[in-house]
Amino acid sequence: MLSDQANIYDSAKTRWVSIEEIKAIFRYKDLIYQLIRRDIVARYKRSVLGVLWTMLNPLGTMIILTIVFSRLFDMRGVYPAYIITGLIAWNFFSQTTQFSLNTTLWGSGLYHKIYMPRTAFIISVAGGGLINLGFALVPMALIYLVTRVQIHFSALLIPFAVLLLAMFTLGLSLFLSTIAVFFPDVAEFFPVLITAWLYLTPIIYPEKLLQDVFYGLVLKLNPMYYYIKIFRNLLYDGIVPPWWEWLVAVLVASVFLVAGWKIFTNKSKLFGYYG
Amino acid sequence: MDNTLLAEPEITTSVFLKDVSVAYRVPTERIGTIKEYLIKKVRGKVQHKHFYALQDINLNVEQGEIFGIIGRNGAGKSTLLKVISRVLSPTNGRVWIKGVVAPLLELGAGFHPELTGLENVYLNGTLLGHTRQEITEKLDSILAFSEIGNFINAPIRTYSSGMVARLGFSVATAWEPDILILDEVLSVGDAAFRAKCSERMLNLIKGKSTVLLVTHSSSLIAELCTRAILLDHGKIISSGNGAEISDQYMSMLNI
Repeated sequence: MLSDQANIYDSAKTRWVSIEEIKAIFRYKDLIYQLIRRDIVARYKRSVLGVLWTMLNPLGTMIILTIVFSRLFDMRGVYPAYIITGLIAWNFFSQTTQFSLNTTLWGSGLYHKIYMPRTAFIISVAGGGLINLGFALVPMALIYLVTRVQIHFSALLIPFAVLLLAMFTLGLSLFLSTIAVFFPDVAEFFPVLITAWLYLTPIIYPEKLLQDVFYGLVLKLNPMYYYIKIFRNLLYDGIVPPWWEWLVAVLVASVFLVAGWKIFTNKSKLFGYYG
Repeated sequence: MDNTLLAEPEITTSVFLKDVSVAYRVPTERIGTIKEYLIKKVRGKVQHKHFYALQDINLNVEQGEIFGIIGRNGAGKSTLLKVISRVLSPTNGRVWIKGVVAPLLELGAGFHPELTGLENVYLNGTLLGHTRQEITEKLDSILAFSEIGNFINAPIRTYSSGMVARLGFSVATAWEPDILILDEVLSVGDAAFRAKCSERMLNLIKGKSTVLLVTHSSSLIAELCTRAILLDHGKIISSGNGAEISDQYMSMLNI
């Protein structure tokens, strides 16, 4: 721990706070690892089944949804496999955004005590979400096996789909967390919004149900639609989506991440005055 | 008397504050929702009173100095430490810091009751800005100093409050930082451990680090500090060597 030129903090240099935050995150990468580890270890430490719950949860939800909805919608394919594929992507999104909001609002005691790059908390929430997503692939594979849905080579592209979904989710989480510091009501309202969002995204019902509603705008204007679709194309349908769908996914993810990062890092110096 | 009115930090400067103010905005009425906020913003009715916790603070602390900050409750001492430890950004003015700052304000920050003592050492250590490797290198000395023994692998919810404090103290003081920020000279635990704490604190204070020491004890300021400032109502009302400021504080209290 030698002091050197790189170790100077100067509040007069405010032009590159977003870039400085990226550098700080690299210095604090071990903290992110520790925070992810804390969230996973502490959450399951006292439960008998432990981390197994990350796999049992999507399985249970899928079974309930299958029982409730399978006769309601005209599904050609294998309903349980269809649902669980969309569901694991959705769960990552909804858990990460909501957990980020709560961490910023209620877990922010540390913000007032010691300095650390504030984005570290949101990044670690997203990182923990990714690990849960990884675990959730196990019950998904199980369902595919039981229902005899073939997995194709297109599944090899799933890391890219996960990366894009994670970028979008992190960007939105940073944005929402910033707003929530100044307006805590957001944290109360968002769970309602996300429930509506779930029902507006084709996860438990087939896409064609919404294709003609408002000229398909309900689908086209919903960023989650693209990510869920890419997920299901690669895993469930066994096809590689056309390039323009990838392009939309890349653009949306980049815009949200860059904008969310900029807003959060520019406003985070004010966090100490609130909450 | 002092060299606090420099325009720019010098090569030997450790902490440099220029015209630093911290103003809390106290809304005249509470605005809790975005809708309310937007309506009032459009009508130009978002009104705030400003409460200055710090006002026009100028400081220049040299490397290796032991710098005292003294003042009554609510004078702005803690706010000043928060600004220097980067927890709070100043509303106005410039804060310039060279090197690693170790604020010994919160012992055991982020300790999680379900994690073991060892896991918490790593969590707390990384929160303080150390890497995993740096913690591993210091691990033996941290554990030895804390006297936690075999309990280190038990969740800290099973610890006594003294054990938690000892572990937090051991992690926080394991490294010699460039800048050490102290809110009172800390000592925790029972009498024997307190003696150990005091010894380690004095070693840290007298070591190479720049030290910013906040205290109510004017004798400590007089004894340890090369320079000191007296704060009142968010302003520096005088600065000088430790003995002078300590006398001034005593006479202020006697009024």
